[in-house]
Amino acid sequence: MMARDIDPDLESDSERDEERMPAANVPATELEMATMVGVDNELAESGFGPAPIRPVAAKTEFRIIARRFFKHKAARAGLIVMALVILLAFTSIGFGPIPGWWKYNYTDFEPTLTDGGAPTLSIFPPAWGDHPFGQSNEGRDYFALTMRGLQQSLIIAFIVGIVSTIIGTIIGAVSGYYRGSVESILMRFTDVMITIPLLAVAAVISSQIGGSGVIGLAVLLGFVTWTSLARIVRGEFLSLREKEFVDAARSVGASGRRIIFRHILPNTIGVITVSATLAISGAILLETALSFLNFGVKSPDISLGLLLQQYRQAMDVRPYLFWWPGVFIVLISLSVNFIGDGLRDAFDPRQNRAKA
Amino acid sequence: MLVFVVRRLVVSFFILLASTALTYFLVAYSGNPLQDLLELRGPQRDAKIAQRTQDLNLDQPVFVRYLLWLQDVARCITPFGGACTLGSDRNGGAVLPQLQTAIGSTLRLVVVATILALLLGVVTGIVTALRQYSVFDYGVTFVAFLCFSLPVFWISTLLKQYVAIDLNTWLNNPVMTVGGIALLSVVVGVLWALIIGGDRRRALTVFGIGTLATGTVVYLLLTTDFFVEPYFGILGIFVFGAGAAVGWTALFAGLHRRGRPVLVSSLVTVVIGTVVAFALQPVLTDPDWLIVFAVGLGLIGLGMAVGWFLGNPARRLAMRVGGVTGLTMTILVVVDQLLRAYPALFAATGGRPIKTTGSATPNLNADFWVVQLDYLMYLILPTFALMLASFALYTRYTRASMLDVMGQDYVRTARAKGLNNRTVIVRHAFRNALIPLATLMAFDFAGIFSGAIVTETVFGWSGMGKLFTTSLTNIDPNPVMAFFLVSATAIVLFNMLADIAYAYLDPRIRLA
Repeated sequence: MMARDIDPDLESDSERDEERMPAANVPATELEMATMVGVDNELAESGFGPAPIRPVAAKTEFRIIARRFFKHKAARAGLIVMALVILLAFTSIGFGPIPGWWKYNYTDFEPTLTDGGAPTLSIFPPAWGDHPFGQSNEGRDYFALTMRGLQQSLIIAFIVGIVSTIIGTIIGAVSGYYRGSVESILMRFTDVMITIPLLAVAAVISSQIGGSGVIGLAVLLGFVTWTSLARIVRGEFLSLREKEFVDAARSVGASGRRIIFRHILPNTIGVITVSATLAISGAILLETALSFLNFGVKSPDISLGLLLQQYRQAMDVRPYLFWWPGVFIVLISLSVNFIGDGLRDAFDPRQNRAKA
Repeated sequence: MLVFVVRRLVVSFFILLASTALTYFLVAYSGNPLQDLLELRGPQRDAKIAQRTQDLNLDQPVFVRYLLWLQDVARCITPFGGACTLGSDRNGGAVLPQLQTAIGSTLRLVVVATILALLLGVVTGIVTALRQYSVFDYGVTFVAFLCFSLPVFWISTLLKQYVAIDLNTWLNNPVMTVGGIALLSVVVGVLWALIIGGDRRRALTVFGIGTLATGTVVYLLLTTDFFVEPYFGILGIFVFGAGAAVGWTALFAGLHRRGRPVLVSSLVTVVIGTVVAFALQPVLTDPDWLIVFAVGLGLIGLGMAVGWFLGNPARRLAMRVGGVTGLTMTILVVVDQLLRAYPALFAATGGRPIKTTGSATPNLNADFWVVQLDYLMYLILPTFALMLASFALYTRYTRASMLDVMGQDYVRTARAKGLNNRTVIVRHAFRNALIPLATLMAFDFAGIFSGAIVTETVFGWSGMGKLFTTSLTNIDPNPVMAFFLVSATAIVLFNMLADIAYAYLDPRIRLA
């Protein structure tokens, strides 16, 4: 048995159970000694004699977190589903100039609907058929349309997530570190942003900057959804800036920027990562809601929300046109939420799955 | 404390000023407010354009228009400042009356959903925390995550399409096959077994009792035509009331010997309450809200009085339980009356009782209870759709906070000194577990005033959300600003209230 670094993971994991559990009242130092002696004995018994002490690589923070993350079953499932959905979205109809494996493109029209545009996907016997999700009213292949919408929605979600995370982190970090008037100005600005209705912003965006399309919309949504992260990061910075290691960095003359980005920020990476994943799932729902109210993505661009909005009236006669985009929205959002939950547990084992 | 409030109010005022200005500019620059008139043809075009230009002061720059709007708002705040209209919309009508109708309709929709979500979410959260890592816990966790991930309008449309139509058809001819009853009973039995938990024997017992009870109840309801002419009757009120009395006593006082006076007083409350309900029957057939509230207060007062007289030595506890029992009796009486109104409403609305669009049946000339039931029928689906997300949120947060509290030292102390499980959970853990929810509640209740934009659109409800989206599409700043004034003020105020409540509930926090 190898001596291991001291694992901060308090959950009872399988490897730990294998160890002989010593009596509870043995002090930690003695316990370590015992383990080392044990290692020596084992080495001696194994016949290799006094072998050179092999250096034991301490697990990096990243590896510990990754292991905890992958032990979270729901998070693992979420990650797999998410990867599959992304793969499906971008390989099926291709992206940009790269062609995909699906025979139709979302721009192809067929003047006549085959079989009234009914879906040909079947489970018994498993078959894709010609139009697995059916055809839209104008005779476009609905699978290709859904995939295109999925691509756009994913792009929007990730851009919103990235932009809002960057802005929220910077504003939170600066106001938490410098305090004083910088903090009051930035936090009052955050308060103002919180009260402004997203719809008003989105309406202006879609009417004024309609030309820049999906990416413009996404970037601008990122510019208004950073508020909660800014508050969280500020809270973290307020407590971390009083720690000794910050004093140490300051006393050797590190600049404010260096302390923020090299010393404090790495300690808040957990909170930020979790927030970013949740921002992505929020952005998916936000985009669909905005598109549904006609304030988001506009035709001829396609997104899942817009597809739902366009085929809401078809609910009575051809419900599958309404089902598929919704199913994909739920899939993405659900898997991102589970990933976020897993990340939270991985970064903060102390909370032991207690946080929502 | 006072310093804190005053400073926050001053800061809030400036925040509101800044955000109203920003919103005003956003709306004003979101398009051309004369667009629809410019597309008109005909002789009146120019006159209409001139009229709107005058109504909305379009000849002035945006900044001046904002100042004029501020002046309108100031008129509403200062006494004797002139007529309070909050400006006029693009057709020249005053905004304030529109805002009032919108708020009324929105409150009806959102208050019910928020309160239900809060109650259900907290109860579910606590049960999942107490049954951590059980099948029920994992199930609820999954459902909560699903609720987070559902787009509201998608699930609303599915509800309209599948639930409402099928349920309405079933209500027209409420029959169930024996197989259907059996299936339903088994499902309910499994649910009970999962919620109550315990070892295999106990789970099996619970499952058996739950299945049998559900089967019997459903069979009785079907054979007595409950789904055609539903009512509790005086006997039903008494039985349910007694059950509630025992339940509340078990929860708050325990059914052991020391809880005896509490049990007696709450049962006496039920007996007297039933008699009162029977005596008041003629008044209650067509009352108004005042009478209903008076009866409610009377029954609560009755419960507290009985607790005062019979509750010694646990007088305060008995009064509290008596009051809660009185409230339960009121709810039972109201529900009974509403159920009795069902056949009349069913006939008046053409046999489709569960409504999918609108907020009330037009031209429904009926008595008090039928009108209230009509409102409720319109509320069912949107309330359900609205509840999902906040239910999930409350469940998760309550569970987290409850687990956090249950792991603390003082809970272990309470157990160590021999208190029973009920006392530890209800009196020690639960109260403190609710503290972190104050912030969440503040946000939720602030959200009440901004309404539910998406839900209102799907269900054709004309509330705040509708006011906002229509006027935003029409580039009509004043109604948008009226909406914004209400929602932003609510957010700012409720945030401050949350901070104060937090400091009050948790003395470790100091306001500065």
